Amino acid sequence: MSLTSSSLSIKSKPVQFALLLVVFLILCYAIAPADGNYLWRLPALLKDIPTWVNDFVGGLMFDWFPIQVYDPDIDDYESKPLFREITRAVSSGVLFIIDFVRELLLGGQKTIVAFTSWDFISENPWAEWPALPWTVITGWAAIVGYKLQGKRLALIAALATTYVAIFGQWEPSMQTLSFILVAAPVSVLLGLLLGIWAYQNRYVEIALNPLLNVAQTMPHYSYLVPVIVLFGVGDHAAALATIIFATPPMVRLTLLGLKNVPVEVLEAGMMNGCTNRQLLLRVLIPTAKRDVLIGVNQVVMQCLAMTVIASFIGAQGLGSNLMIALNSLKIGTGIEIGVCIVLIAVVLDKMSLAWANKQTDYFADLSFLERHSTLIAMLAVFVAGSILAAIGSFIFEEGFNYLYVIPHNKGITTAPIWQAAVDWIWDTFFFVLKGFNEFLITKILVPMRDAYLAMPVVATFLLVMGIAYILDGLRSALIVGGFLLFIAFSEYWDRALITAYMASFAVIVSAALGITIGSLCARHEVASKSILLVCDFFQTFPAFIYLIPVIMLFGITDTSVIIAAVVYATVPATRYTVEGLRSVPPVLQDAGSMSGVTRLQRWVSIELPLAFPHIMLGVNQTVIFALFMVIIGAFIGTIDLGQMILKAISESRGTGIGLTLGLCVAFIGLAVDQIIRNWAQRRKAALGLA
Amino acid sequence: MKGMKKLAAAVAVGAIAGLSGTVFAADSSEPIKIPIKNWSSQIVMAHVIGGIFESMGDKVEYVPVDNQASFEAVRVGDITIVHEVWQSTMQNAYYNAMEKGGLIDAGTHAAETLEEMGVPNWVIEKGLCPGLPKWEALKDCAEAFATPDSGGKGRWLEGPQSWHGDVMPNRVKGLGLDDKWVVKFAGAADALWAELQAAEKEGRGTIIFNWSPNFTDASGFTFIEFPPYFDGCRIADGGSWETTGCGSPKGWLKKGAFWKFPKTHPNAYRAFSQLTFTTPQIGSMAALVDVDKMTHADAAKKWLADNEEIWKPWTVSVLGEGN
Repeated sequence: MSLTSSSLSIKSKPVQFALLLVVFLILCYAIAPADGNYLWRLPALLKDIPTWVNDFVGGLMFDWFPIQVYDPDIDDYESKPLFREITRAVSSGVLFIIDFVRELLLGGQKTIVAFTSWDFISENPWAEWPALPWTVITGWAAIVGYKLQGKRLALIAALATTYVAIFGQWEPSMQTLSFILVAAPVSVLLGLLLGIWAYQNRYVEIALNPLLNVAQTMPHYSYLVPVIVLFGVGDHAAALATIIFATPPMVRLTLLGLKNVPVEVLEAGMMNGCTNRQLLLRVLIPTAKRDVLIGVNQVVMQCLAMTVIASFIGAQGLGSNLMIALNSLKIGTGIEIGVCIVLIAVVLDKMSLAWANKQTDYFADLSFLERHSTLIAMLAVFVAGSILAAIGSFIFEEGFNYLYVIPHNKGITTAPIWQAAVDWIWDTFFFVLKGFNEFLITKILVPMRDAYLAMPVVATFLLVMGIAYILDGLRSALIVGGFLLFIAFSEYWDRALITAYMASFAVIVSAALGITIGSLCARHEVASKSILLVCDFFQTFPAFIYLIPVIMLFGITDTSVIIAAVVYATVPATRYTVEGLRSVPPVLQDAGSMSGVTRLQRWVSIELPLAFPHIMLGVNQTVIFALFMVIIGAFIGTIDLGQMILKAISESRGTGIGLTLGLCVAFIGLAVDQIIRNWAQRRKAALGLA
Repeated sequence: MKGMKKLAAAVAVGAIAGLSGTVFAADSSEPIKIPIKNWSSQIVMAHVIGGIFESMGDKVEYVPVDNQASFEAVRVGDITIVHEVWQSTMQNAYYNAMEKGGLIDAGTHAAETLEEMGVPNWVIEKGLCPGLPKWEALKDCAEAFATPDSGGKGRWLEGPQSWHGDVMPNRVKGLGLDDKWVVKFAGAADALWAELQAAEKEGRGTIIFNWSPNFTDASGFTFIEFPPYFDGCRIADGGSWETTGCGSPKGWLKKGAFWKFPKTHPNAYRAFSQLTFTTPQIGSMAALVDVDKMTHADAAKKWLADNEEIWKPWTVSVLGEGN
């Protein structure tokens, strides 16, 4: 390699990268693509893993440790495996809580049944819990909003609940809400506890990080079948799957917050003689509040993002209605349902934040009435609402009592308006986008995919491990190599390459978009807030809804998959850029301004470097989000890992195949995470920020 | 909770058995769980069957569930029945669940189904592929069905791979069409419908996997006539490359149930196993939603009210004598 002239040190990174690229290209040309050539593709040594996993789970759930259980339904003893009885007990516990919350809102019999039996209900038809009239819940939402923050939140809460009610989505919305009201608090609590534990114990942190990554990067379909096998089908299974999905960001942010607590604060607490417990609850967590709160926000978002997927395994509510609407191409109805999901997210998010931000006033001297004003107001609303509902039962003699519970699809509908908007976009842009689509596919995407598939396995290893080595040292290179090795030894290497090609294209576009938008918006208070709202919207607005218009515009092609991925993956890049830039201390900015830097210089030399680690965390998330959406792209039509996961659901070894494929996806994410996270850490140290 | 419930139920059963001295087969008062999947006829039929059970005094509960996942769910008893099992696209999952144990065959509907590749009628009217619906016509019109990513070949849009694996790629190869056509798997049914709309707007050719009875019947859809199906013609069933070009069979539409269902709800089970719908009946259920824009539950109510003479006998014959 005469390229490395003596004037350029081998230690300089650009030179190292150039060298890496040259060797990579040589390998690509030198190695012949042939079956049996292990430099081209590794043998599928691990192809039995799905069967092992499957046999293990199957044995655990259906064969091992049998116990005799009496089943009154068939009046006989049945042999059941112990482990399954345990998971079933967990399931029924969760289901009981969900049903309880749901019946508080919508009425029903299951809670009564839990304490009696179905026979009791049959004999006593009166034994049905009544629903709360929607007027009461709307009133309560407003009161809670007012109490927590003030008129603004009260108005938002009231408007949102009213929207849901009059647009005929009341019942499914309350079903979804009851499910969220169980999954979200559990996730927050679990995340907080795990985060604190990881903060206190370094080994826990080390052990937890990959687990969190796997839980976050593993596409949910891959664990849908295992969740069904372990916990069954229904709201409880959906809630458990949601908890697996929603807890990791909470753990992450709790840990991040706790680690950022200044030593001085900690020492002050100790000097004041805090016990460990006091130190944690009164000093550490309140100081770390900002990050913990972002965690709460993320949990709520993730829970609502799961509503659609959750309906695949039995969650009742908006998600399943959405899938039904989309299956007959009722995009208008789909959007209306999507807006309901977003509204619920916004209200819950604002309320949880307001609640967490609320200061206790220890010195207030209040009378009985003042102290219990909220309760009294709620009681008044309850009485008024009930009377209204009772009156309503006389007014609306035929059919439905609109003052009690507005039945599903009996409200006003905005669907035709949305539908018209979608149709207009379609009519207007169809032929314009067709040209763009053809160009993108034939000139960029297909060549890019072919290039990925033409890489010999050795070259891929060299490239990825080389990047890890140059940016981050030998240790990272080995870890990354380990992740890749798992995929290379599975049967799914080619599929993984296709996933990687779509995800990497989406990440490049999303990161560029997100950092640009974020930087532009971070300069203004209002713009920042608005863009974060937009981020919230796209994170909770179910992707399935825009999959359909995207398919109509771009066909069943990789373009559609990538566009859907970009919409979703730009969210974290934007969010973290805004947050990172906004948290640059004003003092430093002022110092820069006083030194006479221009706005652009300030951005390039002060703000970006300082915000860089946080932005990289965002890019890290972008990778995970992009992977996730590319996998969902299986619903458009792909030939990558996602399609295999989708297929696994109908196969007899589905549990094992699904989990193995899920791990393959997760390992792609983990490999990137390993490189970016440590690199960002190094940059941080270099900047004196660590 | 469950233990308590069981205990209470056990006591109740014991008490009844003790008092009356005879064990009579009455349906359990626990709800029968009926799956709600994501296409119209299935959902309306779910409510129709639910209505029939309710008319017999049973309780029902509707559980939304993904189609492919529902077979595992019925196997372990989280849902009680599956009532619309299409041969071509669901038999894998259905027989897998049966083999693992827990799912029992509960009979077959009278309806004959067809699941096959086809084209919307306007493709034929435009003359995009002269000679259709004979499959031989496909030899000479692939270009009209090309897309940017199909590499110049015609695109053969199949449903998700989970529906029937490699049947279509094998068929294309078996018929010697693989130098002109390439199979693309769509991810879901809605992707197929979106493709239909987009292709119509553009006026380009499209050939997709579709089935009947379906809502596309109304707007005109022609299935392609492939070499006739016979048992074992497909590669996966032991066939060879010469035979695997065969078309789809006239398919069955089956029902399945959780194995305890006959024991817990003997009356409901007997009605369910007798229950059978014809293609026009299923079509009329779906039309109430797709054409008349009713909600699924309302459509079922209307259908039950209008067609009592069809479904009443299934319940009466059960409750008939000695009751």
